[in-house]
Amino acid sequence: MAKIIIPTPLRKFTDNKSSFITNATTVGNAIQDLAKSYEPLAKHLYDDQLNLRSFLRIYLGEDDINLLEKSETLISENDVISIVPAIAGGSNSKIIYQARNY
Amino acid sequence: MKTVIKISNRIIKELIQDAESSYPNEACGFLYGADASIRSIVHFEPVINSQEGDQRRRFEISTLDYLKTERRALDTGLDLLGIYHSHPDHEAIASSHDLEKALPFFSYVIVSVLKGKAEQIYSWRLFDRYRSFYQEELLIENLIISPNK
Repeated sequence: MAKIIIPTPLRKFTDNKSSFITNATTVGNAIQDLAKSYEPLAKHLYDDQLNLRSFLRIYLGEDDINLLEKSETLISENDVISIVPAIAGGSNSKIIYQARNY
Repeated sequence: MKTVIKISNRIIKELIQDAESSYPNEACGFLYGADASIRSIVHFEPVINSQEGDQRRRFEISTLDYLKTERRALDTGLDLLGIYHSHPDHEAIASSHDLEKALPFFSYVIVSVLKGKAEQIYSWRLFDRYRSFYQEELLIENLIISPNK
């Protein structure tokens, strides 16, 4: 059985559980298995076309599955799958600073 | 929505130091702690801004850095509660770029740095339903920074 580590921001949709154990044999099926077990989580994992959301990456161990066989990547007993959200941002292009209290 | 985040004076100093030393580029890092009625930040870890190109207006945290951070949080028993970043020569107001990439649950602590000196610190959280930010009440030991009215 493989383990999926659920990222902190999505744990409110998994009853606060940080991991999920699956019997699936591919990464894609493992993520689907998770989404079926926690229905409110599904819309945060998949878009309307049921593709994995663009801001999420899936890792098998230390490897991005996009560099392996993507969702068809086979998993073995004791593998660890991680769902990794993109973290980014930044200020607006125009400098808008005005001194104020802090 | 009203939420409260407490950050120790020591960690605030670390954030300021990191934000000022990264100027004019944006700095970023992870905030760990315990989540209760008041969210308490007890550990800060700076991380490399992996944004390609102009880092004065953008930051990005590599997926591998994020992956390692989540695993470390599980190992240490601390919760990963937020992301810090700086806004060089901009207010500590969450921007449209911040909103575009924002995730639910996390506190987004922003330090504004004006000409190399930290000027403001505010914390923001995503109001998921309306896809907008609201400002959290920030407690820095005895100092309280309330949301702007």
